[in-house]
Parts: sequence; C-alpha cells; structure tokens
Amino acid sequence: MNDQTVSTMSAMMALVRRDLIIAMRERGDMLQPVLFFIIVVSLFPLSVTPDKTLLMQAGPGIIWVAALLATLLALDGIFRPDHEDGTLEQLVLSPHPLSLLVLAKTLAHWLVTGLPLIIISPLLGMLMQLSGDAIIVLCGALILGTPALSLIGAVGVGLTVGIRKSGVLLSLVILPLYVPVLIFGAGAVQAAMVSLDPQPHLLLLASFSLFSLAFCPLASATALKISVN
Amino acid sequence: MSHPLNPFPSCRIEATQLACLRGFNSLFEGLSLTVSSGNTIHVTGANGSGKTSLLRILCGLSLAETGQINWNGNNIQSVSSEYRANLSYLGHKPALKPDLTAYENLVSAAATGNRALREADSTATEYLRLLGVVHTRDRLCRQLSAGQKQRIAVARVVMSDAPMWILDEPGTSLDTEGMELLSSLMRRHIERNGLIIFTSHHGFDLPIDRLDRICLDST
Repeated sequence: MNDQTVSTMSAMMALVRRDLIIAMRERGDMLQPVLFFIIVVSLFPLSVTPDKTLLMQAGPGIIWVAALLATLLALDGIFRPDHEDGTLEQLVLSPHPLSLLVLAKTLAHWLVTGLPLIIISPLLGMLMQLSGDAIIVLCGALILGTPALSLIGAVGVGLTVGIRKSGVLLSLVILPLYVPVLIFGAGAVQAAMVSLDPQPHLLLLASFSLFSLAFCPLASATALKISVN
Repeated sequence: MSHPLNPFPSCRIEATQLACLRGFNSLFEGLSLTVSSGNTIHVTGANGSGKTSLLRILCGLSLAETGQINWNGNNIQSVSSEYRANLSYLGHKPALKPDLTAYENLVSAAATGNRALREADSTATEYLRLLGVVHTRDRLCRQLSAGQKQRIAVARVVMSDAPMWILDEPGTSLDTEGMELLSSLMRRHIERNGLIIFTSHHGFDLPIDRLDRICLDST
C-alpha cells in the first residue's frame, strides 16, 4: 500500500470514529429508530389480530416493513447535520475520494441505526410468534439486508439534502428501491417458517447488498457534489 | 510552532471568463483573475453581488456557467484531488461539529483533510493556543460563542498547512484582537509564499504591493 492509500484509510477511520463519538453524545437520537421499530411492530397484534397463526403468517412482512420505515426515519441524519454545520463542504473539498468518505459515513450510520434493529429483532420475532429457526433466519436476513438499506438511503439523502423539507420526497425516492430487500428478506423468513431452504433468498439478499456496496457510494458522492453546488 | 515556516512551492491560479448565474440573474460574467504565490486578492462588492459564489467556484465546490480555472496551467477539474490537497476553504459556517470539542474538531478535520492524524494530534493544541482559544480545547463547540468558533475555524485553516487559502468573510464575529491576529496570520502566510483569496467588509492590514482588489459591482 502506498502513502495515499494509507492516508485515505486513516481518513475513513477518523470519520467513522468522529461520527460514532457524536452518536454516543446524542444517545437519545440513537434510540428513536429502535423504539419506533418496536412500537410499529407491536401495533399489529393490537390492531389486526392477536391470533397466533395469522400473526405468524404476517410477522416476517410486518417486521421487515417496520425495519424499512425505522431506517427511513433515521436516514436524514447521515448527511443533513453535516450539511447544516458546513462540515459536508469540507468533506467534498477533501483530497480523498468522496465516495470512500461517504462509505465511511454510511458504515458509521449503519452501526448506529441498523445494528440496534438487528439486536432487538429476536424480541419482535417472539412477539410475532415466529419459531426459533425463523428468528435466526430473520436476524441473518437483517444482517445481510440492512447494509443495503443504509447504502441506498445514502444516495437518496445525497440527492435531497439540499432541499429544506425533504422527508416525503426522500421516502418516494428510496422506498421503491427498498423493494428487493423487502421481498428477499421477508421471503427468507417465510421459507424458514414452512421448513423450506431460506438460502436462495439469503444469497440474493447478500448479492443485492454487495451490489449496493459497489455502486451506492459512487452515486451518493456524485449526488452530494450536485447538492452542495 | 513545531513547524519551521518553510516557504511553499510557487503556484498560480488563473481564472478566465467566469460567469455565474443564480436562477435567471447573472451575478457576474466575463470575470478573469490571476493570482500567484505570495499575493492576495480581496474580493469586494455589495451584498448579493456574488462574492461567495465566486469563492465557491474558485474552490471547485460550484461550477461556473462558463469559463475555466487553471492551477499551475492545469484545469482544476482534471487535477481536482491534488488541487484540493493544497487548498483550505473557510466558508460562511465555521464547519465545526457542535457535539465535538474544539480539539476533536481540529483533529478530525485534519485527518479527513490533508494532514495525517498522528501529526495533527500533537499540533492541534498549539494552533488553539496560537488563536488564543486554548481554554476551549475540551469544551463542546455548541457551548462556544460565535467568535470563539470563528477562531477555531481559522485555526483549522492555518493548521491545514495548505498554500492556498480561500476565506469567505474570515473576520465574521471576531473582536479587535481577533482581527489583528487574523491579519498577522495572513501576513505570515503571504511571507511564506502562500496565496490568499478572501472577501471581507473589514480591511486587513496587508502589504499593499501584494494585494489586488476585485470589485464585483462593476462587472
């Protein structure tokens, strides 16, 4: 590795560390998506039916939709605060490739918002009467799928960060792109529940995340440059 | 300072026939400027005359409608990474994270900018001392006054060790002593063969023979 590569790596690590420190100092903000996730899922047994078999059937879909919405809720935090305090301009002016800095920020954001959803998901699986196997597959599917949610989300926020009130617009841009994650994620859990092999779903989910990993940081960096312009 | 003030290698920014539109209004057109190491340009003009837009175009943050900017004879778009490594920009906002301390802000700005983290670690405190805000080192930036934040932002620019400074109203919120400090830092930068392009409603005590003025009202 040459010096440039080393310094870009250390710039990325510094950025992850910076964002994690800020997240730890704003712990309240960090809890919001998880609480939202829990509340949305627990509304279904209350409003639709407490019936065990029906819950079991709808459970995987409900949990995934709630995870999508919780991710969406926290998404703006990835670039908007930086845009408001001017540090985003400094990142754009950094000599390091913006796409890699964006990747570092997305990683930090996933650690703060995606990971807590995965940790809490077994509890919600139990609430939805999922079997033990299905809960394990749910966790696996979330681990494979939530990085794609953050990566795709970063593109959407990159596009809309220059707009003052972008909440609804962001959902309109992002949610259609989340559909493959939703289909394969919920599909994997449903397959596990009827004792089918969830592996094809999980592999497709993983490939979708890898695809996002390759392309989203580039797209997001380009979007940010346009937004800052 | 731990860094001896080695003179910067010579460089030159040449902008030709720049035009900037905001909506349907033309802010300026046919604007050309040249500045080389050891010199400063003071961009003046009424509010809304396009001073900030011009500086952002010169940084490469915004694109000009027409015209091009060369740095040492190369278009800044084609050598953008190298250009940015030699540039430090101070915008309207001080670019400080409110939830980080002054020290943490400087270190993370240096690490994501053009200085290695280890080097920055030992020098960030010195630069805070240089700007007279060393007592804010471990305080969160959200608790600081606008003037203190501006001083930390100036510390970031000086610490970047970049030969080219582009400063948008660097004197904002600074007190008399802060302005004098800024003037002396700018003089020191010019003496080191640095280059400064700035906007300001205040005058800075800079050597006249090194200072060019560009007024955006006339174009």
